[in-house]
Amino acid sequence: MSETDNPAVSRRSLLKMIGTLAGSTAMYNAMTEMGFAQESGYAGPPKFSAPPPGTSVLILGAGIAGCTAAIELRDAGYKVTVLEYNNRSGGRNWSLYGGDTYTELGGATQHVQFDPGQYINPGPWRLPHHHYGILHYANRLSVGLEPFQQVNYNAYVHNTNAYGGKPKRYREVQADFHGHVAELLAKATHQNALDQAVTKEDREILLEALRAWGALDANMQYVKGRQTSNRRGPVVDDGGGLNSLPTYSEPDTLTTVLNSYTWRAIGWGHDYEYQTSIFQPKGGMGQIGLAFGRELAPLIKYNCKVIDIHQDDKSVTATYIDSRSGGAPQKVTADWCVCTIPASVLSQIPMNVSAKKKAAINVIPYGAGLKIGLQMKRRFWEEDERIYGGLTYTNQPNAMIGYPMWDYFSKGKGVLLGAYVMGAGAFLFASKPPEQRIADALEYGEKVHPGKYKANYECGVAVAWHRVPWTLGCSGQWSEENRAAHYDDLCALDGRIVLAGEHASRLPAWQEGAVTSATDAITRLHQRVISA
Amino acid sequence: MKTGLAAAAALISLAAMAGARADTAQDMGAGAMNRNAPYNFQGGEAVFKNICQGCHMANAEGAVGAGMYPALAKNAKLEVAGYPVAVIVHGQKAMPPFGGLLSDQQIADVVNYVRTHFGNSYRDKVTAADVKAQR
Repeated sequence: MSETDNPAVSRRSLLKMIGTLAGSTAMYNAMTEMGFAQESGYAGPPKFSAPPPGTSVLILGAGIAGCTAAIELRDAGYKVTVLEYNNRSGGRNWSLYGGDTYTELGGATQHVQFDPGQYINPGPWRLPHHHYGILHYANRLSVGLEPFQQVNYNAYVHNTNAYGGKPKRYREVQADFHGHVAELLAKATHQNALDQAVTKEDREILLEALRAWGALDANMQYVKGRQTSNRRGPVVDDGGGLNSLPTYSEPDTLTTVLNSYTWRAIGWGHDYEYQTSIFQPKGGMGQIGLAFGRELAPLIKYNCKVIDIHQDDKSVTATYIDSRSGGAPQKVTADWCVCTIPASVLSQIPMNVSAKKKAAINVIPYGAGLKIGLQMKRRFWEEDERIYGGLTYTNQPNAMIGYPMWDYFSKGKGVLLGAYVMGAGAFLFASKPPEQRIADALEYGEKVHPGKYKANYECGVAVAWHRVPWTLGCSGQWSEENRAAHYDDLCALDGRIVLAGEHASRLPAWQEGAVTSATDAITRLHQRVISA
Repeated sequence: MKTGLAAAAALISLAAMAGARADTAQDMGAGAMNRNAPYNFQGGEAVFKNICQGCHMANAEGAVGAGMYPALAKNAKLEVAGYPVAVIVHGQKAMPPFGGLLSDQQIADVVNYVRTHFGNSYRDKVTAADVKAQR
């Protein structure tokens, strides 16, 4: 009898079912290049021999890639100059604090009015424990790190079209989903429906595992009781003394759970990039960029807009103007150049490199992204709802609410991440003025935290990445076809110029991509220098 | 007109904008629950105001920072309608492709809108079929 003739569930279809249900996010992930597990290739900072005395390198951009290149080349003995468009170091490694001013393309200016100690990270906000490169520099620069909570079981999953529009605790959604799937599989096992897939010996082990994984009772059912309330939480907790009996909670039915689509929010914490432990710099992600800037202070020239890059057989010359006032073009010349300008901007700057390199620079679209920070008068999510850090997922256009992951239990204010949107939804936010983005985010948040969100709101800031003057988008986006055709050309040393940045990495949008790209680029550059 | 469309399409395909879609998010977890942004805008003006002006600005005047977004206002490159159609469908340089997010009709509508507003007055229209031919 062939597998297809057999009505019983085969091993393949069992795995597929588990994959489809429990790991639907993984299936979805597989559709994007980012979804693959991406281990950092970082093997420590490079160890360079001394270059010929006086060898100079011009670095374009003082973001994470540029600063990585600058610190290592300086340490090796190169004469380093860095040109940076902004008036600060860090690039997309960036936090906005009270007193900061941010003017986006189109001219809208936001004056950030957060209280001292409050901030939002418009760009990256996570440091996975296996991103060895960026963690190395955080440590080297003495930037303090603290835990980032990717998964908070007491935060919410929210669908305006399910459960009467009321948010569910992540804990309940996950417990009910796992529990029902476990019960179904146990049923199939008992009915010998998995005979082709599971041996008789394995069957007992599988049942035992399903009972433990799904919080099933002695009858292998996912029903109200101590086991399930131990996962999804009781209505009233156990207590001490008299009148201390718990009140167990009633699980939602399988069909309710499935049709709520809340299961979509389960499992992101299972993905490699989002697994515990994850860290964030104390005081904001931007502390890394600022620390780099202090370390490299004498080398970085700020407010420089590069308008031309030209190489010949002896040197590389960048022409730049003042990014604020324009004025007369100035030039800086060096023996070599590490260019970390995002491809979105670099594709518009004249530069004499090979046609293949130009084609590679021109083939990278820059994605849409949006983050909004909202300062609240009091930490109602902690005080009233016992949510300490982590993320709430919603089907509304703001997609996510992030809770501040520092200063827990402080009596003061807190800044929520009121929206974190990537891709299609983020274009829509970019088309609105900042105050409208914030007003919309407040309406969405009000649905998750009714009666509190708008009442406690004080001030906010909204960053839509396609409006960011120095990146024109969030990060470089590679299709598999484009990567196969152009990636090596993008990374190759071209005469005296080499490119680096997250766009020249296989960890796009991650700071680790910038560090590993820069490390690889300067290693090849150095080999060329010493072999010349 | 047909020749112009074909020529523009050929030019754009030389740029080889294979694959990448505008909705390929980097951090898919961000969109765990809201997968489908409502891209059901009716009419060229609605498409422009909800999407295009995010970069090209409300009066299609473009913007300049470290790099620039070209103005669509009074833009001579819009003379051949196939050019903006191809750019929208396939993307160009840093501009993401919108072929996967917008329907043929939406793209035709927004091209017709931009080519008759913001100081542009090109009277010939593109149709959904013209857009489809460029996919």
